[in-house]
Amino acid sequence: MPQGILCNNRPVNSKERIMELMGDAGGKKYYKEMETLDVSHDDLGALIKKTCKSRIRTWLEICNHCGLCADSCFFYLTNNKDPKQTPSYKIQSTLGELVRRKGKVDAAFMINAMDTAWGKCTCCNRCGLYCPHGIDMGAMFSYLRGLLFSQGFVPYELKIGSGMHRVYRGQMDVTTEDWVDTCEWMADEYGVDYPGLEIPIDKPNADIIYTLNAREPKFYPEDVAEMAILFQMAGENWTVPSVGWEETSLTMFAGDWEGCKMQVETVYDAIERLKPKRMVVTECGHAYRGTVVEGPYYAGLESGKTPIETLHYVEWVAEALREGKIKIDPAKKIKEPVTIQDACNYVRNGGLEKCTREIASYLCEEVIEMEPHGEHAFCCGGGGGLNGLARYGPERKIGFKNKRDQVLATGCKFVLTPCHNCWDAIRDMEEAYHIGIKWSFLKPLLIKAAIMPDHMKLKEE
Amino acid sequence: MIPPDATLYEILTGPVLWGTFIIFGVGVVLRVLLYVKGLDWKIDRVTYGVNTSYGVKGAIKSVFSWLIPFGTRNWRANPVMTTAVFVFHFGLLFTPVFLLAHNMMLTERWGFSLWTISESFADYLTIAVLISAVYMVLRRIALPEVRIITTFYDYLILLIAVAPFVTGFMARYQFSDYQFWLLAHIISGEIMLIAIPFTKLSHFVLFFCSRAQLGMDFGIKRGGMKGNKQLTW
Repeated sequence: MPQGILCNNRPVNSKERIMELMGDAGGKKYYKEMETLDVSHDDLGALIKKTCKSRIRTWLEICNHCGLCADSCFFYLTNNKDPKQTPSYKIQSTLGELVRRKGKVDAAFMINAMDTAWGKCTCCNRCGLYCPHGIDMGAMFSYLRGLLFSQGFVPYELKIGSGMHRVYRGQMDVTTEDWVDTCEWMADEYGVDYPGLEIPIDKPNADIIYTLNAREPKFYPEDVAEMAILFQMAGENWTVPSVGWEETSLTMFAGDWEGCKMQVETVYDAIERLKPKRMVVTECGHAYRGTVVEGPYYAGLESGKTPIETLHYVEWVAEALREGKIKIDPAKKIKEPVTIQDACNYVRNGGLEKCTREIASYLCEEVIEMEPHGEHAFCCGGGGGLNGLARYGPERKIGFKNKRDQVLATGCKFVLTPCHNCWDAIRDMEEAYHIGIKWSFLKPLLIKAAIMPDHMKLKEE
Repeated sequence: MIPPDATLYEILTGPVLWGTFIIFGVGVVLRVLLYVKGLDWKIDRVTYGVNTSYGVKGAIKSVFSWLIPFGTRNWRANPVMTTAVFVFHFGLLFTPVFLLAHNMMLTERWGFSLWTISESFADYLTIAVLISAVYMVLRRIALPEVRIITTFYDYLILLIAVAPFVTGFMARYQFSDYQFWLLAHIISGEIMLIAIPFTKLSHFVLFFCSRAQLGMDFGIKRGGMKGNKQLTW
């Protein structure tokens, strides 16, 4: 079969095609079609020639095959040190071979490369810190994903995810109307307990424009309310855009480079339109990576920076606590020992390790760190899109053992998870292994422990 | 021009050696230039030319952390391998440059020489290089995660790198035919130098390029500009 009906090299650009794909529950037909999907040697070869430059070619060439990357990978560690999980092996046998053969490979090769690029790597970039030659295999897997996507070899859910971004400019089918309605609904509902609660939409020249993860309006609207409460508590002059509010990028996970650009430009357009002073993004790791760290490059911004200064949520919270905009009631601090799950995307790959510690110093009586943590922290086990990929559920469950053992070693029963993917992964790890822990985003904890300022107190009748 | 009555030794240490030096020198310079030319800020997603000072800081830290024995987390996690790697590379680079015999040739030809090390120290270094090489071979065979990625090419590269040491040692102690070992030493040394730009031995210079690039990536884009904090390798 040259190109499948569901599985093909065409990006998803219409609601109809999203619906068609979603009709194939679990992607059974999609993966079946993939087995006989044609690989265009000319197109793939040309794409490699155009995009595989000296950085990656040198990495592939000078890899000394020393295996010192093996222990850096949680998949290697949790799969009984299976040598086939050595990062060097994983990348050399996929991207390395693909480049050597100049794209002349078949569907079986591409499917194996796909299963490796998404099922055996979360692009956490930890191996890059452990290679003596400075070879970042996570960065190479991210590149390999792009090559695979171009030929239609992408996991089912991410084909849909990329389509969602292309059609809705969000990872889920949340329309502008849905989003605006959710904001109004949350302001009304929570306004009962927090008088005057507002979610200002499209307010020009605000100090802060807030952007978030589509899951929040879609499944966790209370998160939207919580961010409003906290901004109001801090007395911020803030807004959310009616269009361009989605910070995440499943297109990045999917290797849909064109989609990455389309998505991030929507956010930058909102900044251009509303002219806020700073942007704050929600408690999400890959959203920050997709829109703030890599985003400017997708959009071709020569500064390498977002159009305005951008803060991850942990940066904003740390600042608000430091400046006394939000005050924590010492009596309401979290008493039990807490451990912190560092999100690879804004800690190792974003340099924000200290912010979470600073927040915890206000919020928690005691923090017990996982070892290793910070820049050297292990992936939660669900990064890089893995959380949402049914095909690699068993791999993910095995990978969770690493985080399980790390958490158990701290003796803590409470994990701070200021990242959507980490939050999901810790939840699913608990579901799989029952170690009796709780986990939470920062927002609900802050609201619970903060001293309510007078302007937000309920007036006595 | 090579005189018709020139000996093989004269040819190998004359025109062939010059040719070797030129190929090696031009080769490594070209490898660096081509590497830099192939960097692309859009594809690599690193603004090499903007916020460069952060990038330079990141690059320096990335290179030097790894040049210092036990200077990084992974060097510390693998003490035996780390020792072998540093002893091997130190011996490989230091011995030929400061060897008495090589410097005597320099004096003979050009009338100057560098500072030299004693012959016994050179022997110890040679033995240390050979022991490290044997360790690295055994490690390749013994550890599954290394074995799976090891190819014939890896052994060949190691052989090219240690051959001048083995042959030099044989010539020095004149275990058998001195002339043979001397010539084998010169040829193997020349093969090694020529191989550097064309093989994985190009990490002689590309190590610095690759490390600097990743250092710039972290220094500019991945957190280096947040509170001026550089990554700890």
